[in-house]
Amino acid sequence: MSIASSENAVSTNRVARTFVYLVLLLFALFYLLPLFIMLVNSVKPLSEITGGNMIAMPEVWTLDPWRAAWSSAQIGVEPTGLRPYFINSIIMAVPAVVLSTIFGALNGYVLTKWQFRGHNIVFGLLLFSCFIPFQIVLIPMAQSLGVLGLAGSTPGLILVHFVYGIGFTTLYFRNYYAAFPTELVRAAQIDGAGFFRIFWRILLPSSGPIIAVSFIWQFTNIWNDFLFGASFADADSQPMTVALNNLVSSSTGVKEYNVHFAGAIMAALPTLLVYIVAGRYFVRGLMAGSVKG
Amino acid sequence: MGFLSIDNVTKSYGATEVLHRVDIDVEEGEFLVLVGPSGCGKSTLLNMIAGLEGITSGTIAINEKPMNGVHPSKRNIAMVFQSYALYPNMTVAQNITFGLEMHGTPKPERDEALAKVAELLQITPLLSRKPGQLSGGQRQRVAMGRALVRNPDVFLFDEPLSNLDAKLRVDMRTEIKKLHQRLGTTIVYVTHDQIEAMTLSTRIAVMNGGYVQQLGTPKEIYDNPANIFVASFMGSPSMNLIPAKLRVNGADAAVEIADSKGAPITLPVPADASNLAGRNGEEVLLGIRPEALTDPEGADRNANTVVQLSNVIDVTEPAGSDTFVTTTMGGCDVIGRMRADAEARPGELSELAMNMDKAVLFDPKTEDRIG
Ligand SMILES: Nc1ncnc2c1ncn2[C@@H]1O[C@H](COP(=O)(O)OP(=O)(O)OP(=O)(O)O)[C@@H](O)[C@H]1O
Ligand SMILES: [Mg+2]
Repeated sequence: MSIASSENAVSTNRVARTFVYLVLLLFALFYLLPLFIMLVNSVKPLSEITGGNMIAMPEVWTLDPWRAAWSSAQIGVEPTGLRPYFINSIIMAVPAVVLSTIFGALNGYVLTKWQFRGHNIVFGLLLFSCFIPFQIVLIPMAQSLGVLGLAGSTPGLILVHFVYGIGFTTLYFRNYYAAFPTELVRAAQIDGAGFFRIFWRILLPSSGPIIAVSFIWQFTNIWNDFLFGASFADADSQPMTVALNNLVSSSTGVKEYNVHFAGAIMAALPTLLVYIVAGRYFVRGLMAGSVKG
Repeated sequence: MGFLSIDNVTKSYGATEVLHRVDIDVEEGEFLVLVGPSGCGKSTLLNMIAGLEGITSGTIAINEKPMNGVHPSKRNIAMVFQSYALYPNMTVAQNITFGLEMHGTPKPERDEALAKVAELLQITPLLSRKPGQLSGGQRQRVAMGRALVRNPDVFLFDEPLSNLDAKLRVDMRTEIKKLHQRLGTTIVYVTHDQIEAMTLSTRIAVMNGGYVQQLGTPKEIYDNPANIFVASFMGSPSMNLIPAKLRVNGADAAVEIADSKGAPITLPVPADASNLAGRNGEEVLLGIRPEALTDPEGADRNANTVVQLSNVIDVTEPAGSDTFVTTTMGGCDVIGRMRADAEARPGELSELAMNMDKAVLFDPKTEDRIG
């Protein structure tokens, strides 16, 4: 190989790469545009928005829309702001995420390391549950919640999200644990560790990435869910998504766009935060599951 | 009944039987090696001894106590796995003492046992490392440490050296042998490497297709293979099997083979010919190890029946200490093992000495030993 040709290859490479980065930058800007608009408009007085220019930077910077969205805006009939609903969402999402992750991990553990006759059928059925559209289960779920006495309550929503999440979390953990060496489990058995001890001491410490995947996936889905929240919650247990909708659609009189923007960002912040904190593991965990499993 | 007794044990997965009526008695302090080609059921048998696989029928007993259905941790066995199976999230020290911890041994005793084993295996400086920070040989030692620390009745090894490079494998082989001589614990060791089997064992069980083909000391297995499979599996290069015609005359037997030019040569068979009576004229396979076919100066002086013949050498392969030569007998390639400075040139006639004391005969149809 001559030096000239290799230099050539490098320089064409550089041109191509610059082009690729330019295109990527353009896409990134395009995707960030809505966020930008939401951000700038959430810190403007309403008059600037109704006055015309949505894209301009604020002339007067103010955090009033954020304060209003958080604690005083009219949601439905009450002027409570989004705060109580934000808390509802936290109280709903955290237990549902934790429970579905724990059960997914246990399922994955049993389906790969304690296989029983028909384990593939059980896994198939669990997988099938991932593909059932939400709308189909609304009525039977409402009936079940009624029978259990959980209708219109946060525990009811926790149950719904927990049960609905098991299919996905089982899939993640099963694929991850399929690549986990069975010899380790056997060694631990000979060492005298039982079912839960092996899970707790041997498998879980190596499950960081897939736990992150399960957390992010579940948290994002549960936090962003609107349908179950709108169908099964009453006024006291409505999650953030439903409240946001009420904020935007129910205001009497003037539409306070700046408050709406602030509220929408508030609703999106937790999932963003979870992704920033655990996102590194998300990619790693997905790769581990797909490549090895 | 031996210390570890495997009595009429079979194993089936669904309708397929993968182990057929295995009977092995292991005395206390023995080093039994299970050897055989891939898929012959060695690991399955070992896992059944460990309790990791169920027993379909038959009995496995350790120290007179039947073990069928007993949990692996209650059998007082320890196992070293092919992949070492070190817990990746624990330090070396935690790996070694995990079993003691699970059995409720108090911390001071655990530390004492750990220190002793670490010193024995020379891994004391590694105790605070994670398995990911160890070399292959070090992992191997840790895996053995984990087994040793529990002071088990029986050690089980499943191909513990197969992940190491050639040099390290030989070193670790010697170490395992030393360890066995020092501790005198009963060991069952699985390998598909026949050299490992020969060097380590006090007895070998050669397995194939779910059957134990032969059980015996390394010398018995090597010198008196029960059938063609054992003869060709054990030994490297493997035993020559030369098509021959059997001539029985009263108490004397001989075989007739063709030399490299196709001319017949008659070789006396010194073994007792009584069970060959009635087979006169039959086709047999003459089994002769490469070291029993050598140059006349290199022949065993204590042998009773050494036949000299001259044959054309096809290929010579100097291996330093010896020279392997390939020649043709009975229409087949036959390998001989000569002294390094023996005169043998490819394409030329060479004098060969065949030690018929060591010759064995097989029936080509049943593949069993007949003489
Ligand atoms: N769970 C199982 N279901 C069905 N057949 C199995 C199962 N496990 C093992 N076998 C079969 O049992 C036979 C023996 O397997 P085993 O693992 O004991 O072989 P091995 O002698 O240890 O081979 P290797 O040297 O490759 O480790 C093989 O033919 C294998 O296909
Ligand atoms: Mg095996």
